[in-house]
Amino acid sequence: MASPSSFWSKAFRDAIKSGVFIAKIYCFLHVTTNHLGFMAYAYGPSMTPTLHSSGNVLLAEQITKRSQKPSRGDIVVIRSPENPNKTPIKRVIGIEGDRISFVIDPRKNDQSETIVVPKGHVFVQGDYMHNSRDSRNFGPIPYGLIQGRVLWRVWPFQDFGPLEPTLT
Amino acid sequence: MGIQNLLWQVAKKSFTGSIIGLTISDRCCSVVPVRGDSMSPTFNPQKNSYLDDYVLVDKFCLKDYKFARGDVVVFGSPTHYRDRYIKRIVGMPGEWISSSRDVIRVPEGHCWVEGDNKTSSLDSRTFGPIPLGLIQGRVTRVVWPPQRLGKIS
Repeated sequence: MASPSSFWSKAFRDAIKSGVFIAKIYCFLHVTTNHLGFMAYAYGPSMTPTLHSSGNVLLAEQITKRSQKPSRGDIVVIRSPENPNKTPIKRVIGIEGDRISFVIDPRKNDQSETIVVPKGHVFVQGDYMHNSRDSRNFGPIPYGLIQGRVLWRVWPFQDFGPLEPTLT
Repeated sequence: MGIQNLLWQVAKKSFTGSIIGLTISDRCCSVVPVRGDSMSPTFNPQKNSYLDDYVLVDKFCLKDYKFARGDVVVFGSPTHYRDRYIKRIVGMPGEWISSSRDVIRVPEGHCWVEGDNKTSSLDSRTFGPIPLGLIQGRVTRVVWPPQRLGKIS
């Protein structure tokens, strides 16, 4: 029979091998979700009717943000400039150089404001302007805050399909 | 046949190695060179690019974006998104900063960064407070040249 010490050394080696395997899987998942694409669970009223307020599972990609700037109409996942731990989803309405006129608070009055989007920034807005905190509140955001571009809705299954990058 | 197999093994190993290296660089820490003299004398006290400092950037702080006044951070430029700057946080959200003309309150989720060498530094005095989400890491120590090795204040 195998002696107890060789049993433990074999068990130790097997544990190391499994540990290395799990570490490799973790690294692979990290690189994929941070550099290729990720799934996001989106909920809330700010992007209705494009996204359901009760919840959607979306597929976002991060490949194009390295080579090109975002374009008008893209739905993007951003890191909120008000709280870096939150990642809201909004639509790009204006890119650098655009002159944007918007109504500050549609629920209160019709008072509007016009700004020019500065270099390196985008103006984002939720599709449901009556209940959305976006660039009308916190101003245009720098490109660096964009985490990814939403391509596809995975769930609910009856709405499985691409999300058009056009303004509603 | 042996050469093909060897090349395939080398390719697999370097692919795995680069994936692991990228994960460590994103999650744990990375080493970056410091260019320019906007952080003199903390970094690059001499204006000679052969003696540029290399610093260790800690990435664990990105889990909750917990920073403090006095931290030296690496962040993406708000105007040129591919560029990265290294500056010190001198104002946290809610604090008041007196810039050249007036007194500014740092908004929630933002911070005010300035270089240690105020005469030659492009920082928040030019582009305003930056969102904390732009920060890519915190500098903890100098790793090169060896005579300047050590933690930074």
